[in-house]
Amino acid sequence: MRRLWRWFLVLFVWRAAREAEDVGERPPRIVAEGPPSPRAELVVVGLLALAALSAVGFIVVYALDRLPDQTQYLGLALGGAFAFLAAALIVTAHHLVVTEDLEDEYGSPDPEAAGQLAQVVSESGSRLRRRRLLAAAAAVATTAIGLAAVVPAASLGPIYDLDRFTRTPWRRGRRLVDQHGRPIPAAAIHTQELFTAFPEHADPEEISAPVVLLRLEPDQLHLPSGRSGWAVDGIVAYSKICTHAGCAISLYRTPLFPPVDEPPGLVCPCHYSTFDPQTGGTVVYGPAGRPLPQLPLMVDRHGHLRAAGNYSGPVGPSWWGVRNRKVSS
Amino acid sequence: MIERTTSTLDERSHTAPFGLKALRYLFPDHWSFLLGEIALYCFIVLVATGTYLALFFDPSTAQTVYHGSYAPLDGAHMSQAYRSTVHLSLDVKAGLLIRQTHHWAADVFVAAIALHLMRIVFTGAFRKPRELTYYIGLSILGLALLEGFLGYSLVDDLLSGMGLAIAYGVALSIPFFGANIAALVWGGPFPGSEAFWSRMYVAHVFLLPILIGTLIALHLFLVSSLHHTQFRGGRRTEKRLIGVPSFPGQAPRSLGLMFAVFASLFLLGGLVQINPIWIWGPYHVADSTNGAQPDWYLGWLIGALRLMPGFDVTIAGRTVIPNPFWGGVLFPSIVFGALFVWPALERRLTRDRHPHNLLDRPRDAPHRTGIATAILCWVFVIFMAGSADRAYVLLGWSYQTQIEVYRVLVFVAPVVAYWLARRICVELLGNEGVEARRRAAKREAERAAGRG
Repeated sequence: MRRLWRWFLVLFVWRAAREAEDVGERPPRIVAEGPPSPRAELVVVGLLALAALSAVGFIVVYALDRLPDQTQYLGLALGGAFAFLAAALIVTAHHLVVTEDLEDEYGSPDPEAAGQLAQVVSESGSRLRRRRLLAAAAAVATTAIGLAAVVPAASLGPIYDLDRFTRTPWRRGRRLVDQHGRPIPAAAIHTQELFTAFPEHADPEEISAPVVLLRLEPDQLHLPSGRSGWAVDGIVAYSKICTHAGCAISLYRTPLFPPVDEPPGLVCPCHYSTFDPQTGGTVVYGPAGRPLPQLPLMVDRHGHLRAAGNYSGPVGPSWWGVRNRKVSS
Repeated sequence: MIERTTSTLDERSHTAPFGLKALRYLFPDHWSFLLGEIALYCFIVLVATGTYLALFFDPSTAQTVYHGSYAPLDGAHMSQAYRSTVHLSLDVKAGLLIRQTHHWAADVFVAAIALHLMRIVFTGAFRKPRELTYYIGLSILGLALLEGFLGYSLVDDLLSGMGLAIAYGVALSIPFFGANIAALVWGGPFPGSEAFWSRMYVAHVFLLPILIGTLIALHLFLVSSLHHTQFRGGRRTEKRLIGVPSFPGQAPRSLGLMFAVFASLFLLGGLVQINPIWIWGPYHVADSTNGAQPDWYLGWLIGALRLMPGFDVTIAGRTVIPNPFWGGVLFPSIVFGALFVWPALERRLTRDRHPHNLLDRPRDAPHRTGIATAILCWVFVIFMAGSADRAYVLLGWSYQTQIEVYRVLVFVAPVVAYWLARRICVELLGNEGVEARRRAAKREAERAAGRG
C-alpha cells in the first residue's frame, strides 16, 4: 500500500513539473484577455435550454394531428427556438468573449503585379505577326458560334408569327355562351348588369375569347359610324380584356342617378382604365390608349345571341403597329 | 483536441494561414452595416424554404377539378400549379408555415437590399475602389425583383394571373420588338403555351437563385478583399482600419443576428397571414378582382402605370409606343440607369478619382444627399400613387383627385426634397462649424484665464 502511495506521489510530481514546463513554453496570447462571467454563462445555458425546449415543442406540435391553429403553434415554436438561440449568442457576444478594437491596414493596389500581369499577356503573344488578322478571325468565329448557340432560343415561341396576336375565335354566326357553355337568350341580359360570355366550342382561356355583355338604353347609344347594326335592342358586346395591360374588365360603373352621375363605364381594376360602352368603348379615364374592341351582335330565331362578325380591332394590350392590323377568325 | 483538429486540417489542406486571416478579419462597427447581412440571411431562408416547397409544388397548367379539403373551392376548375399550392398550404403539415415564411423572407430580402442600397448611396460607400461591389449589389436587387415576381406568379391564383397579364402588356409595349419578345417568352399570345410555366419554374428555382447566389459570393469576396468602409473618428484613417475581429468578437453577433432574422421570419410565417391564395381563387383570363395589390417591391411600378395619362404614341395612325412602356419599362430603366451610372458620374463631376475608405456622413456631401433624396422621394411618390385605390377604400379620398395630386407631386416633391435635404445638410455642417469655433474659443479663454 505504501509502495503504491509512493508511486502515485512520483507520478503527481512528474505531471506537475511537466505542466509547469508547458506554461513556460506557451506562446504569447493572440486574443485579448477578459474577466470570467459565470452568471452570464448560466444565462446562456438557460437560453440554450429554452431553445432546445422550443425545438422539441415544434416536433411535438408537428406530430399532433387535428390540432387547431397548428401553423401558428409551429411558427411560434420554431421562431421561438431561433429567438432563444439568437439571445444566447448575443449574451455570449456581450459577456463571454472579448470585443477587441484592433487595427489593420487597408490594402492598396499593386502596380508591379498588375504590370507583370499585362507583361505575361503581351509577351505570350510576341510570336504572333498578323495580330489584327488573328483577332478579327477570332472575333468572327466567336460571334458565329455565339449566334449559333443563341439561335435555338427562337424555338421558344413563334417570334415572327404575329398573326396569332390578331386571330380570334369569333366569326359571323358563332353563338355566345355563358361560363357553363349554355347559349344566352337576349332576354337574359338586364340593364345595370355585367354579363361575361364566351364563344361556343372555343377555348375560353384565349385572350380574345371573353366578352362583356351589357344592356343600355337604345336612345343613349352613340356608336361610331359603320356600327349601326352592332347592338341588338341596346345589348352591346365588348372584349373583356383591357387594351392597357391585359387584365379582365370586371367592374361596371352604372349611374345611380342618371341626370347628375357620370355615364356608365367599364372599369379595369388593375390600373382603372375606364371605357364608355355607349360610344363604342372609347377611353374616358385612365392609362389605356385604345378603345375596347367591340363585337357585333345578332339574335337567332331561338332568341339566342350570336356574333355578327369579328371585333372592331385587335384585342388586349397594344404593340407596335397594332392600329394598322385587322382581326381574323 | 482543438490543436489536433487544426493541425490535421492544415496537413491536408494547407489552409491554416488563410483560416488565421479569416478569424482575425476586422469588422468596423456600425448598426447600418447589418442591413446587407440581413439580406444574406433572408437568402438562406429563401433557399431552404424554397427547396421544401419545390418538393410539393407541381408547375403545370394542366387543368383539373378541385376536390380537396377546402370546401369553398370544391368543383372549381384550376391548374395543377394552383391545386398543388392550395394542397401544400392546407393539407401538408407545416406546409403553410414554410410557404408563408418563404413569402415573408422574399419581402424582407428585397426590403433589406433596398435599405442597404440607401445606406451605400447616402454615405458614398460606392466610391472608388468599391464600384464593382456596388454594380454587383444593384444587379442582385434587379434580379431579386424579378425572382420575387416569378415566385408569386407561379402559383396561378387570381392575383398572380393578373400580374402576369400586366407583365405581358408591358412586354408588348416595348417599341418595335415588343410583340416578338412577348411571343418568344410566352410562346404565343397571352396566356401563352403550357411551356411558359416550365420556363418560369426553371427560372425561379434554378437560374435566378444560382445567379443571385453567385453574385452574392462575388459581392462578399470583393467586400472582404477591399475591407469594409468605416466612418471617420478616433484612430480611423483612409489607411488604417479599426474593427472587431471576426472571431471571437464578431462571430456571435453575426450568428445572433442570423438567428434573430430566422426567428422573425418564422414568427411572421406562422403568425401573420400573407397571400392566402385559397381566398383569391384560381386565375382565368376572363377573371379579375378589385383592390388587387402586388407585393410591396412592385408598388412603384403599378403606381407608375396608374399615373400615366391615357395615350399611345402614334405616328400617322401607327402605334409606336404603347402606354405601359412609360411606367413599366422606361421608369424602372431610368431609376436603375441612374443608380448604375452614379459612381462614374460623381467621379467625373467632382473630379475626385482618389480611393475612399472613410465614409461620408450624409451631411458631408450636401449635393449627393440632395439628389439621392430627390430620387428616393420621386420613387416614393409614385409608389404611393399605386396605393390610391386602397386609400379610396380606407379613407374615402376620391381616386381621380388623388391621381391628379400625385401627378403634380411627381414633379414638385423631388425639387422640394432636394432643396430641403441639401439645406439641412448645410445647416448641420454650419452648426458644427459654429460649435467647433465656440469650443475653440472656450479653450482659448480657459487657457488665457489659467495664465492670468
